[in-house]
Amino acid sequence: MTPLARGTAAVGAALLAAGIALALAAPWLAPGDPMNMVGRPMLPPLADGRFPLGTDQLGRDVLAGLVHGARVSLAVGAAAAAAAIGVGILVGTVAGFLGGLVDDALMRLTEAAQTIPTFLLALALVSVLGATAGNVVVAIALSSWPPTARLVRAEVLRVRTLDYVDAARLAGRAPLAIAFLEVLPGALAPVVALVGITVGEAILVESALAFLGLGDPNLQSWGTMVANGRANLRVMPSLVVLPGVAIAAAVLAVSLTGDALAARLGGRR
Amino acid sequence: MPWRFLGRRLLQAVPVLAIVAVAVFLLLELAEGDAVDAYLAGTGAGDAGLAAALREEYGLTDSLPVRFLTYAVRLATLDLGHSFAFSRPVAGVIGERLPVTLLLMGSAVMLSGALGVLLGGLAAWRAGRAADLSITVAALVLNAMPGFWLGLLGLILFAVKLRWLPLGGIGTIGADLPPLAAAVDLARHLVLPVATLALTYLALYVRLMRAAMLDAAGSGWVLAARARGLPEARVLLRHMARPALLPVVTMIGLQAGGMLGGSVVIESVFAIPGLGRLAFEAVSQRDLPLLAGILLAGTVTVVAVNIIVDLLYRRLDPRVGDAAAREGGR
Repeated sequence: MTPLARGTAAVGAALLAAGIALALAAPWLAPGDPMNMVGRPMLPPLADGRFPLGTDQLGRDVLAGLVHGARVSLAVGAAAAAAAIGVGILVGTVAGFLGGLVDDALMRLTEAAQTIPTFLLALALVSVLGATAGNVVVAIALSSWPPTARLVRAEVLRVRTLDYVDAARLAGRAPLAIAFLEVLPGALAPVVALVGITVGEAILVESALAFLGLGDPNLQSWGTMVANGRANLRVMPSLVVLPGVAIAAAVLAVSLTGDALAARLGGRR
Repeated sequence: MPWRFLGRRLLQAVPVLAIVAVAVFLLLELAEGDAVDAYLAGTGAGDAGLAAALREEYGLTDSLPVRFLTYAVRLATLDLGHSFAFSRPVAGVIGERLPVTLLLMGSAVMLSGALGVLLGGLAAWRAGRAADLSITVAALVLNAMPGFWLGLLGLILFAVKLRWLPLGGIGTIGADLPPLAAAVDLARHLVLPVATLALTYLALYVRLMRAAMLDAAGSGWVLAARARGLPEARVLLRHMARPALLPVVTMIGLQAGGMLGGSVVIESVFAIPGLGRLAFEAVSQRDLPLLAGILLAGTVTVVAVNIIVDLLYRRLDPRVGDAAAREGGR
């Protein structure tokens, strides 16, 4: 590892740990519903000790919104990425292992899913399914699995010709067991390189959906906070700037950590 | 013009478009409430009789297979249905909005590709030094920023504080300008949205260009070029930068869908009347036929961009065309 890579890895891990800690500690750091009106509206940051980051136009505590928003962003991002990678692994393994017609059909499906503009698809899915946190996860997962599927398929195609897989075949193991217990573990290492990117992308899509008013209306999300702050862009830019910094820090944290993990495990790059 | 290649690529696009069309149909079927509900909710008036009559008229009472068949036949004749929000055919509304988005996307792709090649090349040339470090870190940070937020920051700085650029839209309202001045006006309105969209996708190109340049630096042909005593600038540009352009061009095709999605949010931030803004309007007014049409139009756009990129690739890399010609097609 170069000194630069070691540095960015440390920064990423520290940022991610801080974000997770804030998200977990949100109920103690900022008790109560962050959507409640708790103070005078439009307090600038650092003006009142009780609200270090100020309040918005409805008198909601900005700091409380940020720490509770961390829960939404990180949880939705992680869940959506896990689901997307899960679907990608399933499709990629089945396509690569079975080959033939199944492979053709699944690859056409992957190609089609990759051709629909990702964010348009997520937007359409959320608007059709309804704006709840669960549906946002489903929408992001359904629109971002293709890269994983392609990568896993390519790896499975490589691994399935290796000797130890032939050995398993000769030992008479069931094809499904060979696919998922023998071939898949050998094909997973490069997928690690995609984890950071996928989680970061999921956080960005969640925030963009929330910014457009398609987030869960019952949850305070960073994207929603930016959208609310937009009305007062001229008067109090901090209402837009702060939640945006939080989003960028979270995405940076997961992508740096993901890169470091991939380098450590000897994935691509 | 390689017509055979073009024909083959168009043929390859057919199954992809067919799958997307089926997916869009299923998506519409998933929706609770139909277009008539949305229409009646929008007008605020109506009774059960009117609703039934409208459903009959739009064929919403037919069985699922019949509805799919109607949908498929109409799609095949490029009829995208009727937009409830605009009371006009969907195809017409989309046709009006698409050019603005293509202009936005096209400019952003070119800016982001050019900057990425330049900065990535610079970073590779100065690998391990201060310039490389700052370019790599800046690209990483830009990559993590949400586009809508970067756009709003640009608005605060350049439109509100400095007042250099307009706040939004694509033209000064009410200004009746001669053609040249109108073009300048349009360009001024596009600076912030294009820059925002380009910057959020810049990191990919920087990383790719840098890696490809360093890859080429270790190659035999660069060693041979140096051994022949070619000037360093020539080695850098012809022997390292040119082959490194290929993965960048490929990435432009892969990113077309992402950029189109990104422009949905950017167009909303800057109030640009394009396809993205239209998607947002379709969602907020629950205009499902319009939303379906936008998804299909977006997909066709991505397919078209990819075909153009493939053609470009063949121009840049003579090996691809030759191989295809020798084998009589890939």
